Amino acid sequence: MRLDPRPGERIDRSEPIRFTFEGKLVEGFAGDTIGSALYAGGRRVFSRSFKYHRPRGLLCCSGACPNCMMEVDGVPNVRVCVAPAHEGAVVKAQNVRGSLERDLMAATDKFGGPFTPVGFYYRTMIRPRAAWPLFEKFLRSAAGLGTIDKHARRTGRYDVEHRHADVLVIGGGSAGLEAARAAAASGEHVVVVDENAPRGDAPGGLELLAPATALGIYEGGLVPVAAGRILYKVRAKRIVVATGALEQPVIFPGNDLVGIVLPEAVRRLVHDFSIRPGEKAVVLAADDDALAIADDLRDAGTQVLEVVDLRNGPHRISASGTKGRLNGVGVEGVRYNCDLVVASGGRQPAYSLLAQAGATVAYDEGRGVFVPRDLPANVEAVGSVTGEGTGSIAPAKTLLGDKTFVCLCEDVTEKDVKRAIAEGFDSIELAKRYTTVTMGPCQGRLCHLASVRMYARETKQGEDAIGTTTARPPWSPVELGLLAGRPHEPGKRTSIHHRHKEAGATMMWTGSWRRPHSYGDPAAEARAVHESAGLIDVSTLGKLVVRGPEAAVFLERIYPNRFADLKPGRIRYAVLGTDGGRIMDDGTVARIDDETFYVTTTSTGAEGVIEWFEWWNAIWKLDLSIVDVTGAVAAVNLAGPQARELLGPLTDVDLAPDAFKYLDAKQGKVAGVPTLLLRIGFVGELGYELHFPSPHGETVWDALAATGATPFGLEPQRILRLEKMHVLIGQDTDSESNALEASMPWIVKFEKDEFVGKWALEHVQERGMRDRLVGFEMQNGSVPPEGGAVVRDGRLAGRVTSARFSEQLGRAIGLAWVPEELAVEDADITLRVSAGLERAKVRLRPFFDPEGERLRS
Amino acid sequence: MSFLLACPNCGPRDVNEFHCQGEVTIRPKASPSRRELSEYLYFRRNVAGVQREWWYHRMGCEAWFLAERDTRTNEVLSTELPE
Repeated sequence: MRLDPRPGERIDRSEPIRFTFEGKLVEGFAGDTIGSALYAGGRRVFSRSFKYHRPRGLLCCSGACPNCMMEVDGVPNVRVCVAPAHEGAVVKAQNVRGSLERDLMAATDKFGGPFTPVGFYYRTMIRPRAAWPLFEKFLRSAAGLGTIDKHARRTGRYDVEHRHADVLVIGGGSAGLEAARAAAASGEHVVVVDENAPRGDAPGGLELLAPATALGIYEGGLVPVAAGRILYKVRAKRIVVATGALEQPVIFPGNDLVGIVLPEAVRRLVHDFSIRPGEKAVVLAADDDALAIADDLRDAGTQVLEVVDLRNGPHRISASGTKGRLNGVGVEGVRYNCDLVVASGGRQPAYSLLAQAGATVAYDEGRGVFVPRDLPANVEAVGSVTGEGTGSIAPAKTLLGDKTFVCLCEDVTEKDVKRAIAEGFDSIELAKRYTTVTMGPCQGRLCHLASVRMYARETKQGEDAIGTTTARPPWSPVELGLLAGRPHEPGKRTSIHHRHKEAGATMMWTGSWRRPHSYGDPAAEARAVHESAGLIDVSTLGKLVVRGPEAAVFLERIYPNRFADLKPGRIRYAVLGTDGGRIMDDGTVARIDDETFYVTTTSTGAEGVIEWFEWWNAIWKLDLSIVDVTGAVAAVNLAGPQARELLGPLTDVDLAPDAFKYLDAKQGKVAGVPTLLLRIGFVGELGYELHFPSPHGETVWDALAATGATPFGLEPQRILRLEKMHVLIGQDTDSESNALEASMPWIVKFEKDEFVGKWALEHVQERGMRDRLVGFEMQNGSVPPEGGAVVRDGRLAGRVTSARFSEQLGRAIGLAWVPEELAVEDADITLRVSAGLERAKVRLRPFFDPEGERLRS
Repeated sequence: MSFLLACPNCGPRDVNEFHCQGEVTIRPKASPSRRELSEYLYFRRNVAGVQREWWYHRMGCEAWFLAERDTRTNEVLSTELPE
């Protein structure tokens, strides 16, 4: 099959390549595609069709049609005609039960015909309803192309690169390259995208992306280009579309038989891969280029039986075959026994990208094709995509047999199209959705024109009146991995991350941070905090420095509580709200000196808070600056009755209860590292939150851990916080919650002249509370699910937002939103737990140490 | 969305670098009535045409600025820092 070496061939015969197809060895050369190597080895059947499981073979050999899709190295739907062959590739057939030669599902072709016409899934298998699960099981396994290996592991990364150019040329054919060279000659930076690897050297002075596919032209002239595992996002001042024209199949009975190909397939097989495409051939063509394919065939040693110029009036054509493979073709009653028919109904401009960019598409009556018109600014078209040199013949009027395929992707026949029209689907957009013509892998490349022309004729309208369907990206199939790419905002780790891993922590995500869930025993970790001392990495807290002559005024205006009167060296809890009175975030504010405040936010809220601060100050224009030091500063919290004695030897700060009081902020050294010490206790015990430069994370952590303090994770922290009835923003509150109803009225200082959210909170106060966030204590030990219902008189009356079993208290406790009238100490509420209802008592004061004696100690 | 937006500090950048805060609203000066407040909080003009809106250069200079954008075409007519 392989011809003697020929000048210009793409294969390198000195470098053999071996891979397997269905477990059998296939040999080819470097430069071969998987498809060309298979064809050279004698394979003709490449796939089974979507619906009828008819054998299909190479048709376009250029990545346009669905006929050669296979599974390569576990990746389904690879077009092997353009996929480079590589050593050791594992290639398998898809959409078959059995083998390509004997496919059990082929029964749908023989017997399924009458039961599977276009739109059958809307009409059949809907009754009896009871049988649907059975039908569904069958349909699900029969539908779709290819299978995804659910156990496949990622084998590499996908990435995104940005390209900025003066000119982007899409299509590296002669017209495209000419435009590219002209632009480059005038000093412009030119990027050329082409679907094929360049023949020989890349043209000089141009940046070539190949093999690569432009997926679309998006708003703002953004062109995503898929090139292997890289998605280039190309922005150019000018886009030149030179996507050429697409060869169109000829519609006749038996036109899907294996052995019927488009001229481009012959060009590639002969010139690129030096393969004789067949032994005996008939050429049916509607333009001079395609007719000239006869010379290429003879050149390759194929006997050309007849060359038929389809432009010379209507022809009655029908092909016959055995087992799906072509054995002859009849033209005007004359039969030719052949194994190859090269058939081309003309060429249609590949206008899709232009249409996406905003060009209109009009029917050119003279040529019989759709051409782009009214190009948008900065978009040009050159070459045959403009319509130049293109044209197509009308599909024959009288077609015989029901194996006349309009759409190969979805197995839609000419009969199906006529039936859809008869059923009233006379708009092309509706007909598309009903018949699924143009909705398959070829995306209309080979079926759109023929189907529109068929519609025009059957509905007795002009093609212009029928119009085209909307062109949408992606123009070519694209791997999902390429679209997902690499995340813009990667996961964050604290500077102490590795210590947690070494200690065997189970890590979890909180926003974009990785944090320890626990170090193995949440209850024991919580116990350690109550009994001796615990240590938690809180580096993920957002940390801002707000500094300037008007910093105090700013905080006073943006927070509902007071900060102007906060003394240097003191700390206050802070809840941030919107003008609608809704809670956004919480944290602490420490006043370092008159003009400097150190503000902490929740771990996930940092960016939002900075944005919020900056926005208000873009309006207020107060004299201050806001600096985000979240990443630069690490923080750990040492908490527990022994915290003072453990920290004492490590620091030069006087920790004596009178010298360093609850809610004091002091600066000093801890383990030799300059540190801001905040005495706050959100876990309900005496605690010190230490903020210090990130690079010293492990130094400080190690020094504290060496004192015997027990590391604790987020899960024990949840228990400890809940014991203190501390509200967890985002968990216990949502975008509707306000500080008054969240039971934090003490945070709202209505006596202030102004603060963000004041008016809305005043209205809440005026109308009265509706719901309240309260604590509850279960009467038996069961823990209700978070998100579970509060039930009153059999109706939903509220919801549980947090619930945990507290070993310290020996009870299950939680927080829940309940109607205002139930927000009374000791009120009975009913919660749904599993299938039943359980009783609980409302609690309004912290479950543990309600007077806060321990954290003030 | 994939249009370009000219940050007054950084120049033309991909829209995905920014966060749009929506149309510029007028915050009531003194104690608003319930109606005035809810209009300020919840009602927007939502024009099909040129709109003045707030943008934040999230992945850049972290500055807030004002843009005039045609909501029908996403054409950005002008951008400026708040005066």
